[in-house]
Amino acid sequence: MTTKNQHFERLALPHLNACYNLARWLLKDEHSAQDAVQEAYLRAFRFFESFNGGEIRPWLLGIVRNVCFSYLRHEQHHAHHEEFDEDYHSASQESASELSSTPEALLVLKVDRQRLNTAIEHLPTSYRETLILRELEELAYEDIAHIVGVPIGTVMSRLSRARHLLRAALVREKT
Amino acid sequence: MESNEREENHLHQLIKTQATYHQAPKELEARIKQALLKEKVDHQEKLSVSDWVKRLLPFGLVFASGVGFSLFVSNSVMNERYHKEIVQEVLDQHIRSLQVAHLTDVTSTDQHTVKPWFAGKLDFSPPVHDFSSQGYALIGGRLDYIGGRSVAGLAYRHRQHTVNVFIWPDNKSTHEYNVLDNNGFHIIDWGQQGMHYWAVSDLNSEELKSFVELIKQKI
Repeated sequence: MTTKNQHFERLALPHLNACYNLARWLLKDEHSAQDAVQEAYLRAFRFFESFNGGEIRPWLLGIVRNVCFSYLRHEQHHAHHEEFDEDYHSASQESASELSSTPEALLVLKVDRQRLNTAIEHLPTSYRETLILRELEELAYEDIAHIVGVPIGTVMSRLSRARHLLRAALVREKT
Repeated sequence: MESNEREENHLHQLIKTQATYHQAPKELEARIKQALLKEKVDHQEKLSVSDWVKRLLPFGLVFASGVGFSLFVSNSVMNERYHKEIVQEVLDQHIRSLQVAHLTDVTSTDQHTVKPWFAGKLDFSPPVHDFSSQGYALIGGRLDYIGGRSVAGLAYRHRQHTVNVFIWPDNKSTHEYNVLDNNGFHIIDWGQQGMHYWAVSDLNSEELKSFVELIKQKI
Protein backbone atom coordinates (compact mmCIF):
# COMPACT_ATOMS: atom_id res chain seq x y z
CA MET A 1 0.00 0.00 0.00
CA THR A 2 1.37 3.40 -0.95
CA THR A 3 1.98 6.27 1.42
CA LYS A 4 -0.85 8.13 -0.22
CA ASN A 5 -3.35 5.35 0.53
CA GLN A 6 -2.18 5.07 4.11
CA HIS A 7 -2.22 8.81 4.58
CA PHE A 8 -5.67 9.20 3.10
CA GLU A 9 -7.17 6.30 5.06
CA ARG A 10 -5.69 7.53 8.31
CA LEU A 11 -7.21 10.97 7.80
CA ALA A 12 -10.51 10.03 6.20
CA LEU A 13 -11.72 6.73 7.68
CA PRO A 14 -12.24 8.07 11.23
CA HIS A 15 -15.07 10.15 9.74
CA LEU A 16 -16.88 7.20 8.21
CA ASN A 17 -19.72 7.32 10.73
CA ALA A 18 -20.25 11.03 10.23
CA CYS A 19 -20.35 10.48 6.46
CA TYR A 20 -22.70 7.52 6.72
CA ASN A 21 -24.98 9.32 9.16
CA LEU A 22 -25.38 12.28 6.81
CA ALA A 23 -25.99 10.05 3.79
CA ARG A 24 -28.51 7.93 5.72
CA TRP A 25 -30.47 11.00 6.82
CA LEU A 26 -30.46 12.45 3.31
CA LEU A 27 -31.28 9.31 1.35
CA LYS A 28 -33.45 7.58 4.00
CA ASP A 29 -32.19 4.18 2.90
CA GLU A 30 -29.21 2.23 4.20
CA HIS A 31 -28.17 0.62 0.93
CA SER A 32 -28.19 3.87 -1.03
CA ALA A 33 -26.37 5.52 1.83
CA GLN A 34 -23.63 2.89 1.73
CA ASP A 35 -23.23 3.28 -2.04
CA ALA A 36 -23.14 7.06 -1.72
CA VAL A 37 -20.50 6.97 1.02
CA GLN A 38 -18.32 4.58 -0.96
CA GLU A 39 -18.55 6.80 -4.03
CA ALA A 40 -17.79 9.84 -1.91
CA TYR A 41 -14.66 8.26 -0.45
CA LEU A 42 -13.43 7.34 -3.93
CA ARG A 43 -13.96 10.88 -5.13
CA ALA A 44 -12.26 12.26 -2.05
CA PHE A 45 -9.29 9.99 -2.71
CA ARG A 46 -9.04 11.08 -6.34
CA PHE A 47 -9.20 14.73 -5.39
CA PHE A 48 -7.10 14.41 -2.30
CA GLU A 49 -4.47 16.72 -3.78
CA SER A 50 -7.05 19.47 -3.99
CA PHE A 51 -7.62 19.24 -0.25
CA ASN A 52 -5.40 21.98 1.06
CA GLY A 53 -5.20 21.08 4.73
CA GLY A 54 -7.54 22.33 7.41
CA GLU A 55 -10.31 20.16 8.77
CA ILE A 56 -10.99 17.12 6.65
CA ARG A 57 -14.41 16.35 8.12
CA PRO A 58 -16.27 19.30 6.52
CA TRP A 59 -14.50 18.59 3.23
CA LEU A 60 -15.58 14.94 3.28
CA LEU A 61 -19.12 15.77 4.39
CA GLY A 62 -19.35 18.23 1.49
CA ILE A 63 -18.48 15.50 -0.98
CA VAL A 64 -20.94 13.08 0.63
CA ARG A 65 -23.63 15.72 0.54
CA ASN A 66 -23.13 16.35 -3.13
CA VAL A 67 -23.10 12.67 -4.04
CA CYS A 68 -26.38 12.27 -2.15
CA PHE A 69 -27.97 15.22 -3.92
CA SER A 70 -26.82 13.77 -7.21
CA TYR A 71 -28.63 10.52 -6.29
CA LEU A 72 -31.75 12.45 -5.28
CA ARG A 73 -31.70 14.44 -8.52
CA HIS A 74 -31.45 11.30 -10.52
CA GLU A 75 -34.48 9.86 -8.79
CA GLN A 76 -36.89 12.70 -8.81
CA HIS A 77 -35.24 15.75 -10.37
CA HIS A 78 -36.52 17.86 -7.52
CA ALA A 79 -33.33 18.40 -5.55
CA HIS A 80 -33.39 22.16 -5.93
CA HIS A 81 -37.03 22.66 -5.15
CA GLU A 82 -38.30 22.49 -1.62
CA GLU A 83 -40.25 19.28 -1.28
CA PHE A 84 -42.61 20.11 1.45
CA ASP A 85 -44.67 17.49 3.13
CA GLU A 86 -47.88 19.55 3.07
CA ASP A 87 -50.04 17.29 5.19
CA TYR A 88 -47.48 16.78 7.86
CA HIS A 89 -46.55 20.42 8.21
CA SER A 90 -49.88 22.21 7.68
CA ALA A 91 -51.08 21.09 11.08
CA SER A 92 -47.77 22.31 12.47
CA GLN A 93 -48.57 25.86 11.38
CA GLU A 94 -51.52 25.93 13.76
CA SER A 95 -49.72 24.53 16.73
CA ALA A 96 -46.87 26.94 15.97
CA SER A 97 -49.05 29.74 17.31
CA GLU A 98 -49.54 27.76 20.49
CA LEU A 99 -45.80 27.82 20.90
CA SER A 100 -45.45 31.58 21.23
CA SER A 101 -47.87 31.65 24.14
CA THR A 102 -46.36 28.67 25.92
CA PRO A 103 -42.61 28.88 25.56
CA GLU A 104 -42.09 26.54 28.44
CA ALA A 105 -44.14 23.80 26.76
CA LEU A 106 -41.12 22.28 25.12
CA LEU A 107 -39.24 22.10 28.39
CA VAL A 108 -41.74 19.70 29.90
CA LEU A 109 -42.16 17.71 26.75
CA LYS A 110 -40.80 14.20 26.86
CA VAL A 111 -40.03 13.28 23.32
CA ASP A 112 -39.09 9.78 22.35
CA ARG A 113 -36.56 8.80 19.75
CA GLN A 114 -39.09 7.52 17.22
CA ARG A 115 -41.18 10.68 17.27
CA LEU A 116 -38.15 12.89 16.90
CA ASN A 117 -36.64 10.84 14.07
CA THR A 118 -39.93 10.87 12.20
CA ALA A 119 -40.26 14.62 12.59
CA ILE A 120 -36.74 15.17 11.26
CA GLU A 121 -37.35 12.77 8.38
CA HIS A 122 -40.39 14.79 7.32
CA LEU A 123 -38.42 18.00 6.99
CA PRO A 124 -37.65 19.16 3.47
CA THR A 125 -34.19 17.97 2.46
CA SER A 126 -32.54 21.38 2.54
CA TYR A 127 -33.79 22.01 6.10
CA ARG A 128 -32.94 18.50 7.22
CA GLU A 129 -29.37 18.65 5.95
CA THR A 130 -28.72 21.98 7.69
CA LEU A 131 -30.17 20.62 10.92
CA ILE A 132 -28.07 17.44 10.81
CA LEU A 133 -24.88 19.34 10.01
CA ARG A 134 -25.47 21.82 12.81
CA GLU A 135 -27.11 19.77 15.56
CA LEU A 136 -25.52 16.36 15.06
CA GLU A 137 -22.17 17.30 13.51
CA GLU A 138 -21.92 20.65 15.31
CA LEU A 139 -20.23 22.27 12.34
CA ALA A 140 -19.61 26.01 12.18
CA TYR A 141 -22.01 28.07 10.09
CA GLU A 142 -19.21 28.88 7.65
CA ASP A 143 -18.54 25.18 7.07
CA ILE A 144 -22.22 24.44 6.55
CA ALA A 145 -22.51 27.36 4.11
CA HIS A 146 -19.60 25.99 2.13
CA ILE A 147 -20.91 22.42 2.11
CA VAL A 148 -24.42 23.38 1.09
CA GLY A 149 -23.28 26.10 -1.30
CA VAL A 150 -25.39 28.96 0.04
CA PRO A 151 -24.62 32.17 1.96
CA ILE A 152 -24.39 31.99 5.76
CA GLY A 153 -27.61 34.00 6.06
CA THR A 154 -29.45 31.27 4.18
CA VAL A 155 -27.97 28.63 6.47
CA MET A 156 -29.24 30.47 9.50
CA SER A 157 -32.70 31.05 8.15
CA ARG A 158 -32.99 27.39 7.12
CA LEU A 159 -31.88 26.33 10.60
CA SER A 160 -34.35 28.67 12.21
CA ARG A 161 -37.11 27.36 9.98
CA ALA A 162 -36.11 23.74 10.59
CA ARG A 163 -36.16 24.21 14.37
CA HIS A 164 -39.49 25.98 14.15
CA LEU A 165 -41.06 23.19 12.13
CA LEU A 166 -39.57 20.57 14.39
CA ARG A 167 -40.86 22.18 17.57
CA ALA A 168 -44.30 22.60 16.06
CA ALA A 169 -44.38 18.98 14.93
CA LEU A 170 -43.39 17.73 18.38
CA VAL A 171 -45.92 19.89 20.18
CA ARG A 172 -48.65 18.67 17.86
CA GLU A 173 -47.72 15.04 18.42
CA LYS A 174 -48.04 15.56 22.14
CA THR A 175 -51.69 16.72 21.89
CA MET B 1 -33.61 36.85 23.52
CA GLU B 2 -32.85 34.66 26.46
CA SER B 3 -35.81 32.31 26.23
CA ASN B 4 -35.13 31.75 22.54
CA GLU B 5 -31.59 30.75 23.35
CA ARG B 6 -32.82 28.41 26.02
CA GLU B 7 -35.26 26.83 23.59
CA GLU B 8 -32.52 26.46 21.04
CA ASN B 9 -30.23 24.82 23.57
CA HIS B 10 -33.00 22.51 24.72
CA LEU B 11 -33.79 21.49 21.17
CA HIS B 12 -30.12 20.97 20.51
CA GLN B 13 -29.80 18.70 23.54
CA LEU B 14 -32.93 16.86 22.52
CA ILE B 15 -31.65 16.18 19.02
CA LYS B 16 -28.15 15.36 20.20
CA THR B 17 -29.38 12.77 22.71
CA GLN B 18 -32.53 11.40 21.07
CA ALA B 19 -32.11 11.58 17.29
CA THR B 20 -30.41 8.58 15.76
CA TYR B 21 -26.76 8.99 14.85
CA HIS B 22 -26.45 6.22 12.32
CA GLN B 23 -23.32 4.11 12.61
CA ALA B 24 -21.76 2.84 9.40
CA PRO B 25 -22.33 -0.90 8.90
CA LYS B 26 -19.22 -2.96 9.63
CA GLU B 27 -18.72 -4.09 6.01
CA LEU B 28 -18.65 -0.55 4.65
CA GLU B 29 -15.14 0.23 5.85
CA ALA B 30 -13.78 -2.96 4.29
CA ARG B 31 -15.58 -2.24 1.02
CA ILE B 32 -14.12 1.23 0.85
CA LYS B 33 -10.60 0.03 1.58
CA GLN B 34 -10.93 -2.53 -1.21
CA ALA B 35 -12.15 0.09 -3.63
CA LEU B 36 -9.30 2.44 -2.71
CA LEU B 37 -6.70 -0.26 -3.30
CA LYS B 38 -8.10 -0.95 -6.75
CA GLU B 39 -8.13 2.78 -7.46
CA LYS B 40 -4.45 3.12 -6.62
CA VAL B 41 -3.50 0.28 -8.96
CA ASP B 42 -5.40 1.81 -11.90
CA HIS B 43 -3.56 5.11 -11.56
CA GLN B 44 -0.09 3.70 -11.06
CA GLU B 45 -0.23 1.78 -14.30
CA LYS B 46 -0.56 4.98 -16.27
CA LEU B 47 2.78 6.51 -15.36
CA SER B 48 6.16 4.82 -15.79
CA VAL B 49 9.58 6.01 -14.65
CA SER B 50 10.60 7.00 -18.18
CA ASP B 51 7.52 9.25 -18.37
CA TRP B 52 8.68 11.07 -15.28
CA VAL B 53 12.22 11.51 -16.64
CA LYS B 54 10.94 12.85 -19.97
CA ARG B 55 8.84 15.36 -18.07
CA LEU B 56 11.76 16.66 -16.07
CA LEU B 57 14.63 16.75 -18.62
CA PRO B 58 13.64 20.09 -20.22
CA PHE B 59 13.80 21.67 -16.79
CA GLY B 60 17.20 20.23 -15.99
CA LEU B 61 15.92 18.88 -12.72
CA VAL B 62 17.11 15.33 -13.11
CA PHE B 63 20.03 16.13 -10.84
CA ALA B 64 18.04 18.16 -8.32
CA SER B 65 18.04 17.22 -4.66
CA GLY B 66 15.73 14.42 -3.56
CA VAL B 67 13.07 16.53 -1.88
CA GLY B 68 12.80 19.20 -4.57
CA PHE B 69 12.74 16.54 -7.25
CA SER B 70 9.78 14.63 -5.85
CA LEU B 71 7.80 17.79 -5.04
CA PHE B 72 8.09 19.04 -8.59
CA VAL B 73 7.17 15.67 -10.02
CA SER B 74 4.14 15.29 -7.85
CA ASN B 75 2.82 18.71 -8.87
CA SER B 76 2.93 18.09 -12.59
CA VAL B 77 1.70 14.53 -12.16
CA MET B 78 -1.08 15.82 -9.95
CA ASN B 79 -2.12 18.47 -12.45
CA GLU B 80 -2.31 16.01 -15.29
CA ARG B 81 -4.18 13.42 -13.27
CA TYR B 82 -6.52 16.08 -11.95
CA HIS B 83 -7.14 17.32 -15.47
CA LYS B 84 -7.93 13.78 -16.68
CA GLU B 85 -10.37 13.30 -13.84
CA ILE B 86 -12.12 16.55 -14.61
CA VAL B 87 -12.38 15.62 -18.30
CA GLN B 88 -14.16 12.42 -17.29
CA GLU B 89 -16.54 14.18 -14.94
CA VAL B 90 -17.31 16.89 -17.50
CA LEU B 91 -18.17 14.19 -20.02
CA ASP B 92 -20.32 12.29 -17.55
CA GLN B 93 -22.26 15.40 -16.61
CA HIS B 94 -22.71 16.37 -20.23
CA ILE B 95 -24.07 12.96 -21.19
CA ARG B 96 -26.33 12.82 -18.17
CA SER B 97 -27.71 16.25 -19.03
CA LEU B 98 -28.80 14.97 -22.45
CA GLN B 99 -31.36 12.71 -20.83
CA VAL B 100 -34.92 13.93 -20.90
CA ALA B 101 -35.68 16.63 -18.31
CA HIS B 102 -32.12 16.72 -17.04
CA LEU B 103 -30.78 19.54 -19.16
CA THR B 104 -31.72 22.53 -17.06
CA ASP B 105 -32.83 23.46 -13.56
CA VAL B 106 -33.80 26.91 -14.75
CA THR B 107 -35.07 27.09 -18.31
CA SER B 108 -34.81 30.47 -19.97
CA THR B 109 -33.13 32.06 -22.95
CA ASP B 110 -32.85 35.26 -20.96
CA GLN B 111 -29.43 35.68 -19.38
CA HIS B 112 -30.99 38.13 -16.91
CA THR B 113 -33.10 35.29 -15.58
CA VAL B 114 -30.45 32.60 -15.60
CA LYS B 115 -27.59 34.52 -14.03
CA PRO B 116 -29.41 35.61 -10.85
CA TRP B 117 -30.81 32.10 -10.45
CA PHE B 118 -27.33 30.97 -9.45
CA ALA B 119 -27.13 33.53 -6.63
CA GLY B 120 -27.75 31.83 -3.32
CA LYS B 121 -26.86 28.48 -4.85
CA LEU B 122 -23.21 29.04 -5.68
CA ASP B 123 -20.50 30.93 -3.86
CA PHE B 124 -19.53 32.67 -7.10
CA SER B 125 -21.38 34.48 -9.88
CA PRO B 126 -20.90 32.88 -13.31
CA PRO B 127 -20.95 35.07 -16.43
CA VAL B 128 -24.03 34.16 -18.48
CA HIS B 129 -24.56 35.27 -22.09
CA ASP B 130 -26.99 34.36 -24.82
CA PHE B 131 -25.65 34.01 -28.35
CA SER B 132 -28.91 33.39 -30.22
CA SER B 133 -28.08 35.93 -32.91
CA GLN B 134 -24.90 33.98 -33.68
CA GLY B 135 -26.75 30.66 -33.68
CA TYR B 136 -25.95 29.51 -30.16
CA ALA B 137 -29.10 29.88 -28.10
CA LEU B 138 -28.99 29.78 -24.33
CA ILE B 139 -31.43 27.10 -23.12
CA GLY B 140 -30.95 27.53 -19.42
CA GLY B 141 -28.80 26.86 -16.39
CA ARG B 142 -28.11 23.95 -14.11
CA LEU B 143 -26.33 23.32 -10.88
CA ASP B 144 -23.75 20.57 -11.28
CA TYR B 145 -21.00 19.00 -9.28
CA ILE B 146 -17.51 18.48 -10.69
CA GLY B 147 -14.15 17.94 -9.08
CA GLY B 148 -15.48 18.00 -5.54
CA ARG B 149 -17.34 21.28 -5.81
CA SER B 150 -20.57 22.85 -7.02
CA VAL B 151 -20.28 24.39 -10.47
CA ALA B 152 -22.45 26.34 -12.89
CA GLY B 153 -23.71 24.54 -15.98
CA LEU B 154 -25.01 26.49 -18.96
CA ALA B 155 -26.84 24.68 -21.75
CA TYR B 156 -26.81 25.98 -25.31
CA ARG B 157 -28.31 24.69 -28.54
CA HIS B 158 -26.66 25.02 -31.94
CA ARG B 159 -28.67 23.43 -34.72
CA GLN B 160 -29.35 19.93 -33.32
CA HIS B 161 -26.39 19.94 -30.95
CA THR B 162 -26.36 20.61 -27.25
CA VAL B 163 -23.34 22.42 -25.91
CA ASN B 164 -22.70 22.51 -22.19
CA VAL B 165 -20.47 25.10 -20.61
CA PHE B 166 -19.23 24.44 -17.07
CA ILE B 167 -17.80 27.28 -15.03
CA TRP B 168 -16.14 27.48 -11.66
CA PRO B 169 -13.58 29.71 -9.98
CA ASP B 170 -9.97 28.67 -10.36
CA ASN B 171 -7.15 31.16 -10.09
CA LYS B 172 -4.55 28.68 -11.20
CA SER B 173 -5.83 28.01 -14.70
CA THR B 174 -4.42 30.57 -17.10
CA HIS B 175 -3.37 28.19 -19.84
CA GLU B 176 -4.61 28.45 -23.38
CA TYR B 177 -7.38 26.13 -24.23
CA ASN B 178 -7.03 22.44 -24.94
CA VAL B 179 -9.14 20.73 -27.55
CA LEU B 180 -9.86 17.12 -26.74
CA ASP B 181 -11.61 14.47 -28.71
CA ASN B 182 -13.20 11.82 -26.58
CA ASN B 183 -15.48 9.23 -28.17
CA GLY B 184 -16.94 11.73 -30.58
CA PHE B 185 -17.28 14.49 -28.00
CA HIS B 186 -15.14 17.59 -28.17
CA ILE B 187 -13.99 19.36 -25.06
CA ILE B 188 -12.32 22.74 -24.83
CA ASP B 189 -11.20 24.22 -21.55
CA TRP B 190 -9.50 27.46 -20.67
CA GLY B 191 -8.89 29.89 -17.85
CA GLN B 192 -10.10 33.45 -17.93
CA GLN B 193 -10.37 36.11 -15.23
CA GLY B 194 -10.15 33.68 -12.36
CA MET B 195 -12.61 31.16 -13.77
CA HIS B 196 -12.08 27.81 -15.41
CA TYR B 197 -14.35 27.17 -18.40
CA TRP B 198 -15.20 23.84 -20.03
CA ALA B 199 -17.20 23.61 -23.23
CA VAL B 200 -18.34 20.12 -24.27
CA SER B 201 -20.46 18.91 -27.16
CA ASP B 202 -20.74 16.39 -29.97
CA LEU B 203 -20.47 19.44 -32.21
CA ASN B 204 -17.40 19.40 -34.50
CA SER B 205 -14.28 21.01 -33.08
CA GLU B 206 -14.22 23.90 -35.57
CA GLU B 207 -17.65 25.14 -34.60
CA LEU B 208 -17.00 24.48 -30.94
CA LYS B 209 -13.89 26.63 -31.20
CA SER B 210 -15.96 29.41 -32.79
CA PHE B 211 -18.41 29.20 -29.93
CA VAL B 212 -15.61 29.35 -27.39
CA GLU B 213 -14.29 32.47 -29.13
CA LEU B 214 -17.73 34.07 -28.81
CA ILE B 215 -17.72 33.41 -25.07
CA LYS B 216 -14.13 34.60 -24.62
CA GLN B 217 -14.82 37.90 -26.31
CA LYS B 218 -17.96 38.54 -24.29
CA ILE B 219 -16.37 38.06 -20.86
